[in-house]
Amino acid sequence: MTFHHEHFRQPFLRSPFIERIEALSSTENWTGWNTYKVPRVVDKLTSEYFAVRSGCAVMDLTPMEKYRISGTDAAAYLDRLVTRDISTLRPGRVTYIVWCNDDGKVIDDGTLFQLANNDYRLCAQHHQLDWLLMSASGFDVQIRTETSDVAALAVQGPTSYSVLTAAGIAGLDGLKPFGIANLRCDGIAITVSRTGFTGDLGYEVWVEPKHALTIWDAIFGVQGQYDVVAMGLDALEMVRIEAGFIMPGFDFNTADATVRNGHDRSPYEIGLGWVVNLDKGHFTGRKALLAEKARPIQRRLTKIVVDGNKPVGEAFIYAGKNGKQIGEVRCTTWSPVLKANLALADIEYVNGKLSPKLWARFDYQRELKWHTAWAECHSQTKPFYTPDHRSATPPGRF
Amino acid sequence: MIERTDVIIIGAGHNGLVCASTLARAGMKVLCLESSDSAGGMSAPRSIRENYHFPGLAHASYPISAAIRRELKLDQYGYVPGTAVDTIALDAAGQHLTIGTDRIVGDNLSEADEQAYPAFRKTYLAFAKAIRPLFDSKPPRLKDMDFADTATLAKLGWNVRLGLGRETMYEFLRVAAINIYDVLNEEFDDDRLKAAIAVDAIMGSAMGPRSPGTVLTWLQRLQGEINGPLSLQSGGQAQLAHALTQSAESAGVTIQLNTHVEKILIENGKAFGVQLTNGDMVKAKVIISNADPRSTFSDLVGAPQLDAMFANRVTQIRGSGVVAKLHLALKGLPEFTGLAEPQLRNRLLVAPSMKYIEHAFNHSKYNECSENPVLEITLPSLHNSSLAPDGHHVMSVNVAFVPYAPDGGWQQQKSTYAYKVISLLGQYAPNLTSLVVDHEFLTPQDIEEQFHAVQGHWHHGELSIHQSFMMRPLHGAAQYDTPVDGLFLCGAGCHPGGGLTGLPGHNAAKRVLKLGGAK
Repeated sequence: MTFHHEHFRQPFLRSPFIERIEALSSTENWTGWNTYKVPRVVDKLTSEYFAVRSGCAVMDLTPMEKYRISGTDAAAYLDRLVTRDISTLRPGRVTYIVWCNDDGKVIDDGTLFQLANNDYRLCAQHHQLDWLLMSASGFDVQIRTETSDVAALAVQGPTSYSVLTAAGIAGLDGLKPFGIANLRCDGIAITVSRTGFTGDLGYEVWVEPKHALTIWDAIFGVQGQYDVVAMGLDALEMVRIEAGFIMPGFDFNTADATVRNGHDRSPYEIGLGWVVNLDKGHFTGRKALLAEKARPIQRRLTKIVVDGNKPVGEAFIYAGKNGKQIGEVRCTTWSPVLKANLALADIEYVNGKLSPKLWARFDYQRELKWHTAWAECHSQTKPFYTPDHRSATPPGRF
Repeated sequence: MIERTDVIIIGAGHNGLVCASTLARAGMKVLCLESSDSAGGMSAPRSIRENYHFPGLAHASYPISAAIRRELKLDQYGYVPGTAVDTIALDAAGQHLTIGTDRIVGDNLSEADEQAYPAFRKTYLAFAKAIRPLFDSKPPRLKDMDFADTATLAKLGWNVRLGLGRETMYEFLRVAAINIYDVLNEEFDDDRLKAAIAVDAIMGSAMGPRSPGTVLTWLQRLQGEINGPLSLQSGGQAQLAHALTQSAESAGVTIQLNTHVEKILIENGKAFGVQLTNGDMVKAKVIISNADPRSTFSDLVGAPQLDAMFANRVTQIRGSGVVAKLHLALKGLPEFTGLAEPQLRNRLLVAPSMKYIEHAFNHSKYNECSENPVLEITLPSLHNSSLAPDGHHVMSVNVAFVPYAPDGGWQQQKSTYAYKVISLLGQYAPNLTSLVVDHEFLTPQDIEEQFHAVQGHWHHGELSIHQSFMMRPLHGAAQYDTPVDGLFLCGAGCHPGGGLTGLPGHNAAKRVLKLGGAK
């Protein structure tokens, strides 16, 4: 990455895949992600969404913050960093992680790839280098940002296995969810992990930036045999809500970005208690989380299905229709596969319990005229959409 | 081998001993582990050439508070505060100034200064007394206050507003956070006088008279004067270290010398014992560290057992020692130009002006040894003749400012620099150089190594405003208990800080008892 005094002339960095995405873009609907230029919608939102759910969608993952963590104390360092016990992680495996500050409030979540002994890649939604370095004092560990050193593509959807195989990537049959394989494509060394943010069958392909376009072309070269669609952030937002995945900074305020007292969230409060292991030994925030666990839970980011088909948008949640206001919707989408209004809502608990009756009140427009609507909500703990084909090994062929 | 006890105290410095004796008197079984071969830490006597004895790294101090003396029966165990002394501001031309607690004697002193001095002293001693409640108890937290915190703040508010009165309170609020340089220039004309007072505000800190917060450091020092005048440690039975050891041992404390603690053992967030370098393990319900907070957390506990922000704050504690110690074995009594023999019993200062002090400090900022350092000179053998062979004497000199890590390293310049200091002394005492039998020069690095004070800082951390009260030694461990359950701090790194006061040790013991031994 080069920095120079004319950086303002190029407000967005260009991913190694961007010229291919630009060529496909009919909407010119761009936005920024970690300072990279990325599409919200490449061509049509509906086709991008349905590509994930019934075909194969490809998304540029290069802008995701990637950190390489290595050294003698790498495992001990990571175990102190994150809430989960990572001593059971093995080379060639990936795990979902979350990390907190001293007060047990979530800073970010991400995925941790163990590439070899004492060699890890941590992928995060937000910039984390300062926190990672600050956490490193007292550990023999090297931490390096490799966001721009590794090009990455998410290849997601029921036909993704068939697409990658047809693109000339052999050896995916035995790759289980959260597994990593070092393979070749067109003679180029690539790394493929069976990971994703869509809740569907899917892979992430990691390659040196200089070979990025070759890999893109190999994947899109199967067009005709399979439908492959370049996808933007808007379709991702729909499928990740269906899959029940949360977005730090959007669904809850991250600790390092929180100014007001009480506006940050612990893992328990965002439904990530299952990632917290209080028995694994010390980690940052453990003491605070132990104390929190001893008290009744105050609030939780809750998955809800909102009755009806009116667009929910922004909404308050009430304990019963016209009841006490107890929460707010953080994100919402209409799910075409489930034919339902899905939302994640930050809801206060009373005496550690969720109100049995949940109602949403929201405003919506019809031909510019505003209406207020009440709709009953139904909470659930499982992801909204979990197709069986996402975890089958070997994956189904098409 | 595994031993068991109620309380382990790591380090038998004077605060460790005060803490140990207090807890033992409350019925706890206390084991005090000391890595060196004597108890007392910076107040422990030391010798060169077997027959020249020095009272310790700390050669001058104020009396221990009456409450601690009474509670630990220190007087019964031989404690005498030492001999009260005046301060003599040395002048190269022999026009010295003798400064007592409420009067000044000397040549060329203006009448205005002479008259202003007692009033100035009275005002600042009143300020010191007003903030006294902060020193005798744990520093109050501003959030989640308990009753003791509220009481401390209430006493403080009462003292400052009603104790001082409106006008004096305004003056207190004006000066409390500014520098001693401005205050002294407002009050006095005489350079010797201003410098002598400024030395008390900055000695031991990486601060010059113009550094912010130097009024506060002086007020902290004046806390000692509430108990009595500045006294010289004279070694032997009367010395604090000896009386404290007796007090602790008679209360049932076991002091184990030459015992190095390698690690504080922690399981499930709770300290349960210590690992010694000889492989032994000792278990206890409460572990109290008299060691420097930085070495306690970074080395004995270790970052993996701490939260990241806390561990990082530990690495940011500021405290780099800037004072070296010169011990001289002399074959006769040095003759200081313009001073009679009885006057040598006092504390002598080489600090002609505040500008001189500030320049000396500047060098240390740039990792240089000051060519014209501030010197604080005592001759302990004039108070206790057994410290040196017949007719011989020992001289103890604090040398400020020298950096912890000078450019080029200490190895290269240590002895050259020691001789420079001796020749500077020679400008005031011409026969001195011919009397030197032997010398010992302790750089901040030597102090670090021998007294386990990180970077050789007397106070285990600067007494700056951002490291005082509820932020001493750092946020998250400012009330003697720490983020590690069962682990407490009791050293100078804690509130209210350094000096031979015993207050951190005593406050820590009270905190341990209040929390029922272990949280």
